[in-house]
Amino acid sequence: MSDALIVLVVLAAGTYVLKAAGPLALGNRRLPVRLQSLVDLLPAALLASLAIVSTVGDGPAVTLDARLVGLVFAGVALWRRAPFVIVIVVASAATAAVRVFN
Amino acid sequence: MVTCLHHYIGNDKRHKSSLGSQTGLMSVSASDSVDDAGIRRRLRRQAASITVAVAPFGIVFGASAATAGLRLFEAVGYSVFVFAGSAQFAAVEILGDGGSAASAAIAGLLLNVRSLAFGVIMAPALTGAFWQRALMSQLMIDEATAVGVAAVEKRHRRYGYLVGGLGVFVVWNLTTVLGFVVFSNAGDLIVDLGLDVAGPAAFLALLWPRLADRRQLATAAAGAAIAVALVPFTPAGVPILASMLGVGAAGLVATSSVNEDSSESESAA
Repeated sequence: MSDALIVLVVLAAGTYVLKAAGPLALGNRRLPVRLQSLVDLLPAALLASLAIVSTVGDGPAVTLDARLVGLVFAGVALWRRAPFVIVIVVASAATAAVRVFN
Repeated sequence: MVTCLHHYIGNDKRHKSSLGSQTGLMSVSASDSVDDAGIRRRLRRQAASITVAVAPFGIVFGASAATAGLRLFEAVGYSVFVFAGSAQFAAVEILGDGGSAASAAIAGLLLNVRSLAFGVIMAPALTGAFWQRALMSQLMIDEATAVGVAAVEKRHRRYGYLVGGLGVFVVWNLTTVLGFVVFSNAGDLIVDLGLDVAGPAAFLALLWPRLADRRQLATAAAGAAIAVALVPFTPAGVPILASMLGVGAAGLVATSSVNEDSSESESAA
């Protein structure tokens, strides 16, 4: 089995358990407050680290290149309240433009 | 379409606040004195907006799966069986960077811990036979939960959840195939069009609504700093895991001290 297939099986099974635990087992009970606030915060750390690592990561090196320009433009688009699609287009276009002019 | 997509962001915020308090979200949708058909029509409209917003993300996922060297059936397998956008991205991104299977799976699972909370919120509306609840649970994603909790009554929550979840499920899988097929034979095209930054931009867009909140902003900044600092010294995937574990540990300490504070002030009063 390829790594991608192993991850698919494990991730699908684990994700399903997380998705179905509430409806199947917990019923009307709520998460403890501490756990709930943690669950609410963790995605921020994860999304931020994913965004930055896939922008400046280049194998084991940190590289500042056209991708970072794209991410900055994405940030500006979001700040100007651009919709999701526009954010992606602006980031991609900015990155592509930097590559053309280099 | 522009307003549709703004709607999507709005829903995301609403649904985040619903994690905090059930009463808060009730007040958001308290103006629902419309008839049943009208409420259902509005829920269908919200579901359609979210489905449209998800489409480019699906294309990007298909393309990144192709870039990471997955086969088409594997990419579709992720979209059918994992069916959780950010976790699929994380896993495929880590695999593409040469990370281990374990780090890819763990990163994806940590990213999905939030669906546990969604399940707890949606459970009262998702009643039925065991097999029905089992089937409906597969749709437990951000978008379905967002549409669901926007309604007040249980039957409307259920309706919104199902319409939103099924709409996104169909479009997510179609766009996964589209992205894979159109871009897999043109790896250079992804770089030429700058689509390799579409993933990071999408993560930033998903993160953005959270940044209005100070604690979320601090968490995001700390997570990003830890991750970047570790990139040169650890294998792919570890920086992301470490940022979550670090921030998670700090978060537990912070919330427990907050709890102690509040219990002290309660006893003082």
